[in-house]
Amino acid sequence: MTETTLPSHRAGRRLRPVWMQPLGLIGAAILIALALVAVLAPLIAPYDPLTQEARRLMPPSAEHWFGTDQLGRDVFSRVLHGARLSLPYALQLVVLAGLLGTVLGAIAGYFGGWVDGLIMRMADLVLAFPDIILAMAVVAALGPGLFNAVLAVVIVSWPIYARVARSMILSLRNEPFVLSRRLLGASSARTLWSEVRPNITGPLVVLVALEYGHAVLILSGLSFLGLGAQPPAAEWGAMVSEGAKYFDKWWMSVFPGLAILLVVMAANFLGDTLRDVIDPRSKRHLS
Amino acid sequence: MMSPLKSGWYRLPGLLRYALQRLGMGAVLCVGVTFVSFALTQVVPGDPVTANLGERAAADPEIVALYRERYGLDKPLPAQYARYLTRLLQGDLGISQQTHRPVATDLATYMSATLELAIVAMVLAMAAGMALGIVAAVWRDGWPDQVIRVVSLAGVSVPTFWLALVCLYLFFFKFNLSPGVGRLGPGTPAPEALTGLYTLDAALRGQWGLLREALSYIALPALVLATYTTGIVTRFTRAAMLDSLGHDYVRAARAKGLPAHTVILRHALRPALAAIITVSGMAFGRMLAGAVLVESVYSWPGLGLYAYRSALTLDLQAIMGVSLIIAVIYILVNLAVDILYAVIDPRIRY
Repeated sequence: MTETTLPSHRAGRRLRPVWMQPLGLIGAAILIALALVAVLAPLIAPYDPLTQEARRLMPPSAEHWFGTDQLGRDVFSRVLHGARLSLPYALQLVVLAGLLGTVLGAIAGYFGGWVDGLIMRMADLVLAFPDIILAMAVVAALGPGLFNAVLAVVIVSWPIYARVARSMILSLRNEPFVLSRRLLGASSARTLWSEVRPNITGPLVVLVALEYGHAVLILSGLSFLGLGAQPPAAEWGAMVSEGAKYFDKWWMSVFPGLAILLVVMAANFLGDTLRDVIDPRSKRHLS
Repeated sequence: MMSPLKSGWYRLPGLLRYALQRLGMGAVLCVGVTFVSFALTQVVPGDPVTANLGERAAADPEIVALYRERYGLDKPLPAQYARYLTRLLQGDLGISQQTHRPVATDLATYMSATLELAIVAMVLAMAAGMALGIVAAVWRDGWPDQVIRVVSLAGVSVPTFWLALVCLYLFFFKFNLSPGVGRLGPGTPAPEALTGLYTLDAALRGQWGLLREALSYIALPALVLATYTTGIVTRFTRAAMLDSLGHDYVRAARAKGLPAHTVILRHALRPALAAIITVSGMAFGRMLAGAVLVESVYSWPGLGLYAYRSALTLDLQAIMGVSLIIAVIYILVNLAVDILYAVIDPRIRY
């Protein structure tokens, strides 16, 4: 028996072209450019981000576009290098939280019963805490550091993915192509992987894109509070926090903050557009 | 045969039954919240004994044994949890290592500042968000819609702590439009407490100068805190309005020649309101989270500043107290929203 005799996959109805939407295109372009900056930072940054290169607290100039900080480090180089921390850690965060949440949500939705009850009540519980405050408590328990901050935020952010995955599985569980695969004798795990997974990937990718901006925000927020990246790391949130101590030296905190804003806006532009394109209930593409 | 209890339950009015059901779920959730915070205190690396006794005392096995017995640390975990719950019910949240006061006392002192900030910010966010959302929906796909879309996306994208700093730099340091950080000027005594909300207390006592001062201090942090929520409320208002503007009764209202603002505000906004209120309840949680960042920049003496200081000194009792109280506030707000929702929209019955 071959695949073709099974009722058709719904996954065939996939992404409509994203490049038709200017905001999404801008978002994607900015994210790609920033990813390149992250990879190439050691090559394109004019100075070393961690050593003194000039006089302290110099305002922006031709040699130091974003000025220098309290230790005479070049802020522009530090902002470029910051992409090497914020972007991958936030990605790690959404991927880990997305995997954990999706697996738990899929288990809950597919098996139902007390498993479902247990997992979803746990999700409700975590959602009852405002995220950054629970993350602060977890970091306080685990000890500060960027990786612990990622773990803490994974613990507080998986329920969103679990809820979405569960609701999609519930609507897919009784679809003919899923049932027929079961009737052919495939195991639960195999059915979930080969029939259900392709149909939930799209919406989950959109969710990851939408949550990516939030991940960058919360990680840099924790670093700003002194619970994430520790000095002298060139992390954007930590840089804003250091800049806040030299209040009149605006360039120390303005530029790293702008970098955060740029990433988050780009991710939200992209996520928002992807959602419009993929979500059949969204009416934008009908008009 | 139904048991008398069960049939009595079903004789209750639907709305009351619904409210009681939600209340029960809220209570269960609150118990769960205590479980989470208890579990977190258990994963702390390092021995609480040394943390609380200090090196010298912790070196003496007799003192350590006494301490363990006194605080029940020698008991199995379920017994420790039961003990923790009993203490919570008595209002005992432990002692803060940082302030050396009971955490419950600290929370009571700091809570009103956060509530005042969050309420003012919420009112601002709802007003601005609903106005922008309605405009965007009415001029759908026109330039106001496009502009508002970008602005609301920017609102949810801007890092709160950075916006707080930049606004403080501009409005306080550069243009001198804001009086600075804190709740009142350094020499000003707080109004005599009625509610603990300075603006409300000052207004109730007729101290107009004090009210003006309190408002000038709260304006900037509240605006910054409102930014994110404004973005969310705008986008949901737009979506909900688009939904209701598409209905036949709206077209009928237009067709019979009612003025546009009547159609929009009476016929279309009313059904959209339920969805907007629900989302605002959820957004309130994020607002409380954002309060931590805003308060730490503006030295606003609220729960956020307290949580921030406690987290920095790894003062676990204090930060657990804050997360507990904020989770409970959040649950209560959403409970109120659920019930309000049922009142506004008579179709909701469970």
